[in-house]
Amino acid sequence: MLLIMGFREGEGMPQPPSSGAPSAEEFMKYQQELRQAGVHVDAGLLQSFEDATQVQVNDAGERLVTNGPFAESREYLGGYQIIDVPDLDAALDWAARCPGAKYGRVEVRPLAEF
Amino acid sequence: MGPAGIPVEPVQAVFREEHGRLLALLAARFGDLDLAEEVAAEALLAAVETWPRSGTPREPLAWLATTARRKALDRIRRDATLATKLAVLHADADPARRAEPVTEHEHIPDDRLQLLFACCHPALDLDAQTGLTLRYLAGLSTAEIAQAFLVPPATMAQRLTRGKRKIQQSRIPFRVPGPDELAGRLSLVLHVVYLIFTEGYAATGHQDLLRCDLVDEAIRLTRILHRLMPGEARVTGLLALLLLTDARRPARVDSRGMAVSLEDQDRSLWDTSMIEEGARLTTQALSQHPPSSWSVQAAIAAVHDEAPSALQTDWRQVRLLYDELFALTPTPVVALNRAIAISWHEGPQAGLARLEALADQPSLTRQHHWHAARGHALARLSRHAAAAEAYRRASELAQTPAEIAYLSARAARYAAPG
Repeated sequence: MLLIMGFREGEGMPQPPSSGAPSAEEFMKYQQELRQAGVHVDAGLLQSFEDATQVQVNDAGERLVTNGPFAESREYLGGYQIIDVPDLDAALDWAARCPGAKYGRVEVRPLAEF
Repeated sequence: MGPAGIPVEPVQAVFREEHGRLLALLAARFGDLDLAEEVAAEALLAAVETWPRSGTPREPLAWLATTARRKALDRIRRDATLATKLAVLHADADPARRAEPVTEHEHIPDDRLQLLFACCHPALDLDAQTGLTLRYLAGLSTAEIAQAFLVPPATMAQRLTRGKRKIQQSRIPFRVPGPDELAGRLSLVLHVVYLIFTEGYAATGHQDLLRCDLVDEAIRLTRILHRLMPGEARVTGLLALLLLTDARRPARVDSRGMAVSLEDQDRSLWDTSMIEEGARLTTQALSQHPPSSWSVQAAIAAVHDEAPSALQTDWRQVRLLYDELFALTPTPVVALNRAIAISWHEGPQAGLARLEALADQPSLTRQHHWHAARGHALARLSRHAAAAEAYRRASELAQTPAEIAYLSARAARYAAPG
């Protein structure tokens, strides 16, 4: 699974390799390449972190609903891509080609097997 | 192999020598380090039982590999969950190899490079990289590695387990990277090997003699790499550098355990056959492409090793080589060494000016080398009080007893009036 991470702008934040955001065209092209290679399983693009709402449930079973991710978190999840490849190096190759890698960071994580 | 009358020894000798190859072969075949380790151990047990009766086989590695492979296949057949969990795809991916007849005379491929690249994968942290490399390629036990790195065995065991788990879970492949990735990945491998070397080398003179084994292991690993990648300038250069550096080992520490600086070393103690081999490899490395900083460092070491004394060293050549090295790797440490070379070549005044220009580099001023180099230049300029002060500061920052003893003695010498 490729987790596509974006960086929030602000002082003292780590800087992405390029500023700005990947265009829809770049992502479309990437999607197409994944499908053509037969490795695409699933993908999703998330709305802005500003539109996020968080839920926690405490010991008493009460809901705590808050807006957004915590202010101090400097990165946010922008989207994900599930691919089916034989090993880490193949996954890293695809992660490096992801448009998100230029403007943020792509985290590669194996899906746990049940 | 050894005499047939001694039962266990030939097995151990073979196993120590071939352990890395056997594991690499099994890991590449089954894509599972745990399984590889377990069946390799079982094959060794079988050898201990069989060889004393039937004699050491003509090709011991082939015998061990065949036995281990059979045991692995038995396990996979018995254990359906293991079979599914295993990267079966991985084993099936190479049908030619699967169909290979298993005989004692087959050509045994050397898969150690594949295993080495897996152990030094950038997805692993440096501790895991060095630990796994020593465990699987050098064949050291967990306890030996723990002792070498001065950590409790349980800590080292945990590091190795975590590293192995990550190789498994994130499916780090046992493969030599393709041409696009090779340059970067090979640098990591060489860095790990060099770190193993310096870890051992810095400890020369410690009571801990075991740590010196790391020097031998690093050279052995580099030799393996060189045999497998003979045309690779960086590998040739690193091997040359390690040999040319280690050749001075007998002269680095005196009988009282005090470090001896390069200029004061008894050069007749240096290992001439290592110097010859290192010099030959340096020439070879410099003719290979692309130019590598390892080769230039080897060339610098060769100039020192071939000089009859510090004064008779070709300092102009050393200085030019440091210029070249700085162009390849412009780091503060290289700048420091270049300043020292200038101090010898153009005189202490010029050298001191270069050293002072580096005073704003905290990575240098936090370590003893920069202070010691200043002390040396100041002493040559007969500025004794300032030299004593610089040596005193250096002695406070030094890490090993041998260095502390040397630097304190220098500080005392120049602090004394007259």
